[in-house]
Amino acid sequence: MADIIAGVATSHVPAIGAAIDLGKTQEPYWAPLFKGYEASKKWIAEVQPDVIILVYNDHASAFSLEVIPTFALGCAAEFPPADEGWGPRPVPVVKGNPELAWHIAQSVILDEFDLTIVNNMTVDHGLTVPLSLMFGQPKEWPCQVIPLAVNVVQYPPPTGNRCYNLGKAIRKAVASFDKDLKVVIFGTGGMSHQLQGPRAGLINREFDTRFLDNLTKDPQALAKLPHIDYVREAGSEGIEMVMWLIMRGALDDDVRETYRFYHVPGSNTAVGHIILENKR
Amino acid sequence: MTLQQQFDDIPGTTLFDAQRSRQGYHLNMFCMSLMKAENRAAFKANEAEYLKRFPMTPEQSAAILKRDWNGMISLGGNIYFLAKLFSSDGLSFQHVAAIMTGSTQQEYAQMMLNGGRPVEGNRSKSEWQQRG
Repeated sequence: MADIIAGVATSHVPAIGAAIDLGKTQEPYWAPLFKGYEASKKWIAEVQPDVIILVYNDHASAFSLEVIPTFALGCAAEFPPADEGWGPRPVPVVKGNPELAWHIAQSVILDEFDLTIVNNMTVDHGLTVPLSLMFGQPKEWPCQVIPLAVNVVQYPPPTGNRCYNLGKAIRKAVASFDKDLKVVIFGTGGMSHQLQGPRAGLINREFDTRFLDNLTKDPQALAKLPHIDYVREAGSEGIEMVMWLIMRGALDDDVRETYRFYHVPGSNTAVGHIILENKR
Repeated sequence: MTLQQQFDDIPGTTLFDAQRSRQGYHLNMFCMSLMKAENRAAFKANEAEYLKRFPMTPEQSAAILKRDWNGMISLGGNIYFLAKLFSSDGLSFQHVAAIMTGSTQQEYAQMMLNGGRPVEGNRSKSEWQQRG
């Protein structure tokens, strides 16, 4: 039986990817940030997941305004890195798991989460930066990855509650897959940040800390948080944090917080990172 | 306050909602076209001529040619699409964020190093009006 054993949340700032790709991780600006992921790299090297379900958002790379799926599940065998305007990141092609992905799609659709099935898509920094943070610069990614792209660019994104419940449906889907697979789910994006307009640069450490606390202790309270609170308190792009609730919903109600890291700034963003493990 | 009024009351922030998405469709799709190297070259060769390929308003075209980032946002531009334009100009998110906030690069970078723009005093337009 396949089993989701843990969840990882992390910001996915594009400048972090550029710092890795350009060999700047030891520069004074970046070194404290990358130091914060050393323990996580050790952790995931020990856990050795077979599959990562990676919840992220596309930043006008694979999806423009022509088609805007709220939830899009990558069911292909592989996903090349996207050219985001300065050439694709020099990272390995992401290998999927079509069998499990299709199983999840069928299961959650019958559970009334009508997501979009995608067989051809590139993946941008939203997906590849978290992989780089957790695995460094390998020749091949050490496990398969199922991308789950969530619209958080066009208002309205899905509600936190919808995301949390989708996580629960994904958990049920994975548990009913009849191959032995160790699965870790990633929620990415956030934390507080605003990239646009005269209020750009907004950071709210208090909001972020409370969000991290409640992610472990009281995700149901977080799931009730309305969009306006994210935008006002955590910045227009802080709304990405709804994606973390998909990860949380896919875990047990009772989880252990294994690791936490928080750092300001990563370019314009508060970089937040947490690892949660089921206690089983 | 209605929900729309609550969003509108957040200062210096533009929600990319249905109305703005409709208004900015061609502006954003122009930006999207810059994902292709040959389009970037054609745009660089003659910006005004290239913009004629997209049925935008004169205001939208003018804002693009002037690189008026806040202007583009007010005319329906979305920051992730505008990123295609400033990336092809060789500018970073932080560079353009500084411009949009009316700060110098150095001031903005220092503000971020100091922990970012605090939320206190930045929740409501009334707070910005009081500050003048």
